[in-house]
Amino acid sequence: MWTICRKELADHFSSTRFLILFCLILMVALVSTYMAATNVREVLEGVSKPSQVFLLQFTTPGKFFSLTQFVAFFGPLLGIIMGFDAINRERQHGTLAKLISQPIFRDAVINGKFLAGVITVSIALVSLMLLLAGMGLLTVGVVPGWEEVGRLLIYLVVSIAYVSFWLGLAILFSILFRSLATSALAAVAVWIFFSFFIGFASDLVAGALAPIKNPQDPEELVAYRRVSDAASLVSPAVLYSQATSTILDPYRRSRGNLVLMGLLEKLSMERFKNPLPLDQSLAVVWPYLISMLALTLICFGVSYVVFMRQEIRSL
Amino acid sequence: MAAIIQTEGLTRRYGRQVAVDNLTLQIQEREIFGFLGPNGAGKTTTILMLLGLTEPTSGKATVLGYDPTHDPLEIKRQVGYLPENVGFYNDLTGRENLQFMAELNRLPEPKAKAKIEEALRIVGLNGDADKLVGAYSRGMRQRLGIAELLIKDPKLLILDEPTLGLDPDVTNKMLDLILSLNRDRGITVMLCSHQLEQVQRICTRVGIMIKGKLVAVGTIEELAKRKLGDAAGPSLEEIYMRYFKET
Repeated sequence: MWTICRKELADHFSSTRFLILFCLILMVALVSTYMAATNVREVLEGVSKPSQVFLLQFTTPGKFFSLTQFVAFFGPLLGIIMGFDAINRERQHGTLAKLISQPIFRDAVINGKFLAGVITVSIALVSLMLLLAGMGLLTVGVVPGWEEVGRLLIYLVVSIAYVSFWLGLAILFSILFRSLATSALAAVAVWIFFSFFIGFASDLVAGALAPIKNPQDPEELVAYRRVSDAASLVSPAVLYSQATSTILDPYRRSRGNLVLMGLLEKLSMERFKNPLPLDQSLAVVWPYLISMLALTLICFGVSYVVFMRQEIRSL
Repeated sequence: MAAIIQTEGLTRRYGRQVAVDNLTLQIQEREIFGFLGPNGAGKTTTILMLLGLTEPTSGKATVLGYDPTHDPLEIKRQVGYLPENVGFYNDLTGRENLQFMAELNRLPEPKAKAKIEEALRIVGLNGDADKLVGAYSRGMRQRLGIAELLIKDPKLLILDEPTLGLDPDVTNKMLDLILSLNRDRGITVMLCSHQLEQVQRICTRVGIMIKGKLVAVGTIEELAKRKLGDAAGPSLEEIYMRYFKET
């Protein structure tokens, strides 16, 4: 398994597609930190006791988006690009039959590939974070506290798990579909559905299960939102964005605001707003983390079973 | 002489279709066995079962004394299998491809190096070992395929259409290579092919498989006597066509 993993790693790092993708991510990330760095000042204006400023540069949207939004959006693409041709490329090139007629267990092939993908993703994300943290130190001049470092570490772990989910999904499709294009398209389709359309889909589900008959009835409204929220949790993208936003934004207590507040109300609330301690933030996101890991494992497990049972023909 | 491959009533069904039907076959040590049959006759399925890559629906096989369903790793360690249309990692050189195979076979570093050089020399690729495989000709790829098998010191080679698509000169060299491996190193060879002249040239014994059934086994002379009535200059092609028409 380690042999395959090593070879796959070498392949990933020397491949042009990885290089291009990494450059793209790097470029966008640099731009977004730059925007964030210029924005942090504005955000802090009027805040009496700023704390955890270092985290802000990862979460403040500049003109377009924040770094975390960006990773949530493009992380899946990284996973998909590294996994969509894992098995069917070997099949097309006729190397799969040869590979499994070597004295290795069949699962070593898929384990090695998955592991190599996870390692590549980890290296990419860790280096990205370190780079941005360094830039942040330079441009904002704020030294992170231990808690902020802890939060960033958790964020990294969650992000790696999130990208791994998409990697696992892409590998699953590469086992199921013989054609490279089909598996890539299938993975991208799932990605688009879960990132963009899950909102509509969950509203539809909620509309069917808990329809609002009287828009004035708060109980009905709450029920509707509950169902809709629960339905949207099927999407790993939603799970991920909810988990990370709580981790990186200590001022969040729950995952969303149902009640719209007036400006004055908001102001008065903010006076009592203190950052949640790290362990409390963790307690809030714990269920999300677990469900995301579970999704990743299920995805990989299914690919594992399918691959082990699949007939290997030379063509 | 001991039987290297032994099968008894080996059967594989895909749904209602029978790919390999009750195959009972013995291949002895040091022979070159030609495994013939039209496309889709079940030759590849048989090989996959022998290597433990597909489970038989019923029946039993023994390869080098091991049961493929229970001990596939031991068999794969000692058997070199060259699939039809074998592929390589085109972005690696020939030598790097061999290195990867050596690592998968867990050869220790110094031994692997020596084995790789030896294998390259035997197949005559030492001059091109550092070129990318993507630039190899078809004949070179097939030779590299054989080299990949040789690094594990196989007792048995299973070659699936090793000469398909090669020009006559390269084909002859390939056949000579197979012959010399068999004579000088005592490697048993199971050669699947439907290029009958070539099979006739190098094989000591042949088996003909049609529609999943093994319809004939024996030396070419034996088969000729049985089918054509005389053994004077028998042509495998005539024998084969006889069997083919009968089923």
